[in-house]
Amino acid sequence: MSTTPTMPKRLTDVGPPHYEKYLHPMAKANYGKWKYHEVLSPGVLCHVGESGDKLYTVRAATARLMSVQSLRKIAGLADKYSGGYLRFTSRNNIEFLLTEPANIEALKAELFELGFPVGGTKNSISSIVHTQGWIHCHSAATDASGIVKAVMDSLYERFTHQDLPGKLRIALACCVNMCGAVHCSDIAILGIHRTPPLVRSDVLAKQCEIPTLIASCPTGAIRAVPGEAKAVEVIDEQCMYCGNCYTVCPAMQMNNPDNDGLSIWVGGKVSNARTAPAFSKLAVPFLPNNPPRWPEVVEAVVKIVDVYAAHARKYERVGEWIERIGWPRFFQLTGFEFTRHHIDDFKHAGLTYARSTHIRY
Amino acid sequence: MAESGNGNGRPKTELLDELEKGPWPSFVKEIKAASAGNDACNDLLGQLELSYQERKGHWKHGGIVGVLGYGGGVIGRYSDVPEQFPKVAHFHTMRVNQPAGWFYTSEALRTICDVWERHGSGLTNMHGSTGDIILLGTTTEHLEPAFQELTHAGFDLGGSGSAVRTPSCCVGMARCEWACFDSMKLCYDLTRSYQDEMHRPAFPYKFKFKFSACPNDCIASIARADLSVIGTWKDEIQMDEAEVTNYSAAGLDIRKEVCDLCPSKAVDWDGQRLKINNPECVHCMHCINVMPKALRPGKQRGAVILIGAKAPIMQGALLSSVLVPFVAAEELMETLKELVTRIWDFWDEYGTNRERIGELIQRVGLPSFLDGIGLDPAPEMVSAPRDNPFIFFQTTKAGEQ
Repeated sequence: MSTTPTMPKRLTDVGPPHYEKYLHPMAKANYGKWKYHEVLSPGVLCHVGESGDKLYTVRAATARLMSVQSLRKIAGLADKYSGGYLRFTSRNNIEFLLTEPANIEALKAELFELGFPVGGTKNSISSIVHTQGWIHCHSAATDASGIVKAVMDSLYERFTHQDLPGKLRIALACCVNMCGAVHCSDIAILGIHRTPPLVRSDVLAKQCEIPTLIASCPTGAIRAVPGEAKAVEVIDEQCMYCGNCYTVCPAMQMNNPDNDGLSIWVGGKVSNARTAPAFSKLAVPFLPNNPPRWPEVVEAVVKIVDVYAAHARKYERVGEWIERIGWPRFFQLTGFEFTRHHIDDFKHAGLTYARSTHIRY
Repeated sequence: MAESGNGNGRPKTELLDELEKGPWPSFVKEIKAASAGNDACNDLLGQLELSYQERKGHWKHGGIVGVLGYGGGVIGRYSDVPEQFPKVAHFHTMRVNQPAGWFYTSEALRTICDVWERHGSGLTNMHGSTGDIILLGTTTEHLEPAFQELTHAGFDLGGSGSAVRTPSCCVGMARCEWACFDSMKLCYDLTRSYQDEMHRPAFPYKFKFKFSACPNDCIASIARADLSVIGTWKDEIQMDEAEVTNYSAAGLDIRKEVCDLCPSKAVDWDGQRLKINNPECVHCMHCINVMPKALRPGKQRGAVILIGAKAPIMQGALLSSVLVPFVAAEELMETLKELVTRIWDFWDEYGTNRERIGELIQRVGLPSFLDGIGLDPAPEMVSAPRDNPFIFFQTTKAGEQ
């Protein structure tokens, strides 16, 4: 283990660095004075300032899980092509900021060589926002990076091309805690548990506070065992497998290889463009955990993308398209089975029941 | 932390190796790259391969680890198979507060790499879901030295637990013509104001701020932030008529692609001139998105403040809803700080353990919440007035009818 250089004084609460230190000089000069932008080709943007300045952005995908080795290569590319300035996007893409359009193609070629494809702009599928999964999370019902990799391998051309009707945003969360905006994505892949927690009484006695544990259950499915000082039981029918109890008490074991898996949700968005932001709705209630490439999940996602690409009108996001054609037609076109699980029976459920005779036959 | 010895060396990873194939960037390649001389990454690969074989995770519940004087910013992580994979027996995460807008110089990026090579696995997420630089995998004794190297390099830890979580924002004025307020400055200033609330958890649960400078909401503020600030404008959309003509001449079907898709039918095109009925515009951005050279947000800019978004745990997911319909850009900082103080007081008083502010509002009702924080009701706060007659007149404030 190498030693830390001696520090003069312990520093805390310094806060994040000021962004101005890292701003491209042209971004600083035109700050708040940009006029318009154009997408020159997939992954290449040109922002034009009121000053007439032109700032070119080259956007490339990453694996999100990045080694310092790769980050150093990226830093090297920034030095070579963009004056050492770069940024990341909210979807884990890297962006190089260039003043010389002549350098764009060379940078794209080097990025491609390193395995970071250029794209993700306009009507493409940008990188999948996702969570840690089995790499680093204790409550994961599935892996995250592996499914994302398998899905994007199959949708690669949708990243590098912009030929979809509208933007399409995919997100993945490995459990219902949803450390990502999964619940408002065009397509959401969500890891779920399907069995109530197994109570490990040895751990319970040592590590958990019983009243906190009982209070943690949103459906009141956990109760004390009468006559026993430190024991709980789960009312199985009342459990919705949210794992909230596990977060407050490690004795409530959720993992179950055969019953954990994936669900697919569609039609959410966060942008206010045209229609209001919306939640994603259930398309497929359960698909098995099938590493290393989760073929059932890949097939379902690609199916949705293909059907959307073939049927949606220009600018329509997945949710807007389904809203226009109706959910029965969505299930018909995709071939997904509509089951009792698709009908909400949690709080505010009635709001999703059809309350008109507007039916498409 | 690049020493080797006592670990397993490079494990066999037949399943994970499958994920080195294909055109998309491979996280397996990244872990293997970092594993050169780093046994923690080798054991991470080994444990992950085991998860792939058994189809379940092998991380234990987080423990309480951290740096001196902070109650957050580090996620304790322990393997549940430490005998098999001793180098990831402890594999904690550090959350490092990202620079606003995720801008870096190559030098800053290398500084982070240097720290994480000395003190961690060499694996990162650029970035985590909330926005932080995620430094994945280290041991307890490295936390404090890594933290000190980071603070001396000008970086600090982000939030975790029941605290202010690391605020994040869109690229805003630095590279976007649609920015209706300075999202990066507001994010930076507020983050600095709330260092204590971020580093020393004292709330019922997490509290997230996200700043999107226009209604396209590139930061997913309305879906993810307890306090969402989304830029908008009050006056007329700025129009360059010559550029409108150019779009039409270039083949844009303005009637079909702009007017027909306007949600409030506020845009009209007669083949010659574009007319916008601004009082009926809902500021959705569609026409501006389609014709960025011709149309721009108005000049009277500011933001909508919304409250209460969250993921499903515990009572179901929520989107933020309108709290203040418009605040002028120059008044945002002051208004937000005052509002946030009152919101936190109310939450502190009435919130239960692990109850997000959005769920508290669901439980007590928006009218009581408004009373509690001293805001007057406004029609912009609802999609429609109530449609049930069960009005709690007894809770009407004294002196009102």
